[in-house]
Amino acid sequence: MAIEPKKHEMPVQDRAERAKNFKEVALGYSEDIAVAEALRCLNCKNKPCVAGCPVNIHIPEFIAKIKEGDFEAAYQIISESSSLPAVCGRVCPQESQCESKCTLGIKFEPVAIGRLERFAADWHSAHSQEKLAAAEPNGRRVAVVGSGPAGLACAGELARKGYSVTVYEALHTAGGVLVYGIPEFRLPKAIVAREVEALKSMGVEIQTNAVIGKTITVDELFSMGFEAVFVGSGAGLPNFMGIDGESLNGVYSANEFLTRSNLMKAYREDAETPVMKGGKVVVVGGGNVAMDAARTALRLGAEKVYIVYRRSMEELPARREEVEHAREEGVEFLLLCNPTEILGYFNADDPRDEKNGFVTGIKCIRMELGEPDERGRRRPVPLPDSEFTLEADAVIMAIGTSPNPLIKNTTEGLEVNARGGIVVNEEALTSRAGVYAGGDAVTGAATVISAMGAGKLAAAAIDRALSAKHTNEGK
Amino acid sequence: MYPIVEKKILNESVTQMEIFAPLVAAKAKAGQFIILRVDGEGERIPLTVAGCDAERGTVQIIFQVVGATTEKLNRKQKGESVCDFVGPLGTPTRTEGMKKVCVVGGGVGCAIALPVAREFFKLGADVTSIAGFRSRSFVILEEEFRACSRRYTVTTDDGSYGERGNVTAPLKALLEGGEKFDMIFAVGPLVMMKFVTETAKPYNIPVTVSMNPIMIDGTGMCGGCRLTLTRGGEKITKFACVDGPDFNGYEVNFDEAMLRGRMYAPFEKKARERACNLFAQAEGGAKHGD
Repeated sequence: MAIEPKKHEMPVQDRAERAKNFKEVALGYSEDIAVAEALRCLNCKNKPCVAGCPVNIHIPEFIAKIKEGDFEAAYQIISESSSLPAVCGRVCPQESQCESKCTLGIKFEPVAIGRLERFAADWHSAHSQEKLAAAEPNGRRVAVVGSGPAGLACAGELARKGYSVTVYEALHTAGGVLVYGIPEFRLPKAIVAREVEALKSMGVEIQTNAVIGKTITVDELFSMGFEAVFVGSGAGLPNFMGIDGESLNGVYSANEFLTRSNLMKAYREDAETPVMKGGKVVVVGGGNVAMDAARTALRLGAEKVYIVYRRSMEELPARREEVEHAREEGVEFLLLCNPTEILGYFNADDPRDEKNGFVTGIKCIRMELGEPDERGRRRPVPLPDSEFTLEADAVIMAIGTSPNPLIKNTTEGLEVNARGGIVVNEEALTSRAGVYAGGDAVTGAATVISAMGAGKLAAAAIDRALSAKHTNEGK
Repeated sequence: MYPIVEKKILNESVTQMEIFAPLVAAKAKAGQFIILRVDGEGERIPLTVAGCDAERGTVQIIFQVVGATTEKLNRKQKGESVCDFVGPLGTPTRTEGMKKVCVVGGGVGCAIALPVAREFFKLGADVTSIAGFRSRSFVILEEEFRACSRRYTVTTDDGSYGERGNVTAPLKALLEGGEKFDMIFAVGPLVMMKFVTETAKPYNIPVTVSMNPIMIDGTGMCGGCRLTLTRGGEKITKFACVDGPDFNGYEVNFDEAMLRGRMYAPFEKKARERACNLFAQAEGGAKHGD
């Protein structure tokens, strides 16, 4: 049988329709499409895809189960390695991970591993009533700081091994970036809630409204009886460019804009939290967060949304699918452009003028790619005399974040690097005994799956350390 | 859920509540703030801690009814709860090592100034307090201030109580009279803090102001609370939630902060009207229903 050269298309909501609603864009494979896609897998011997996955899911094995139509078994195989399959199937950058290594991809399009993962996870949640049982408690307590992907993965792994885990979350809802950052149309919040519920059914306790470093310090966690602490507090303070006009009304960090819409539900008519809607919106940056902000602005009613990115499409770091979706929905990409100033309205004659202090536009300069920088990416260089002005009512800065200082400032002896990221060894252990860390708090802004991988790694290290400690004490 | 264990109306638009939140009560210090949500649909609003009782596990908040959320909060009664209450956030006010201080509060800002004045007093400092209000009926916390201040001056805009005018007049008189404060702590409307800073400037007295910008998470994630400081000729961006809420008054760009504070003013006005209508409807409905 000839191999289908292309991936099976993901069924999606109509582009004109979806640009106006917050419902999930990608609708998911049907059983038939999933089986047909699974049949494209060559089940090759060396399984390069597994090495491309940060949590090493047994990819060919779960795909084989889909081929057989045993979808529940496929899910079970994925869950051996991943705590959040329904999430990762949706938000992982598969094209640069598992799928980039796929043998089929040498000649054709790779197997749509991410879509199949999502299919198996969704099938499970639609058909299986079975709850994950709590493991036999081993009597040891571990505290997890932050309920984002790193924290949830770490908590899940430890709970499976019988640890009594308490997750501390600063916000009022568990999920971290999955809840405040990634929009509903890409990752429905019901899915995150389901994953959190699954952890609770395994005995994980989640305490919201607890800011570690403020409400409780890391040292206090130890005196409360926790034997290890995992810090997965995520990326923190948003970066700004340092250009004039960034404090004007209508200039948001992507974190703020997305938090207002996602966590605080500002997109709803009756929302109590406001967000600027409509008008012309300029999003600065080229990552997934920039795509999320641009597409959210569109759905909030913007008449025009631009992405301003200083390099070219080739270097643009967002997932391809998000870029495609954004384009289809009408987001315009201004590549090789960099903002130099944000312009605002000031009526000198009338200080009470309501428009005073609001954004009116953004000045940008065209760029070209010069010599490669230390990371091998070609450095963008401004083209002289190429400045131009875009009209804008809102500007959203999506140019990354710097790690949150709260835990560093309140935990003595916790070493951080020059960028503020917590320093860890290969065992995810920090400079403080018993304190482990992973995810964006260590690496700076990265992906959901790499944070999960770090959480999982730390869980294994915590288990080894505590097991060894108790074995020694037992002697 | 966080139960409201006490509620006291301080004046027609200012209410004091004690909330049971033992973890916050055990930690909170003068100058810090909390973030609360009234209910599951509510927005997150920051309120500065007005006092706390670690033994009873309660935190005192004092708020002015200005928008939909404070309107909703104000409708809550003793025995009811708020759904989220997190803190203490921000850095405490620096109170150590001061011998002679002046605490200036404007309106509901006095609720924030009071714990700071008390802390100074407890540490043995000579405390002068100046409190300014619109008019007599808005005066709050007078007894409490008198109890922790060697001198207490109250001003009202219309002269209906205390000295007529605003807080800068008595402050200026003190400074002109040769008072050498180690620090002036000012909290209230932005325009008041701006003018307190300007009044103190010729006398070279350090001014600390407590900023209360729009915030969402309060933990250094959203960046909405950013403000611009000028330090050594350089403009720098700081975040009130983690770097503040206290800042050196001489460095703060108050004009910018005032504009930023107005960003959602039309929305807030509408939201409050909507909330009031809903409450009116609910009250009307309750007569017929249950």
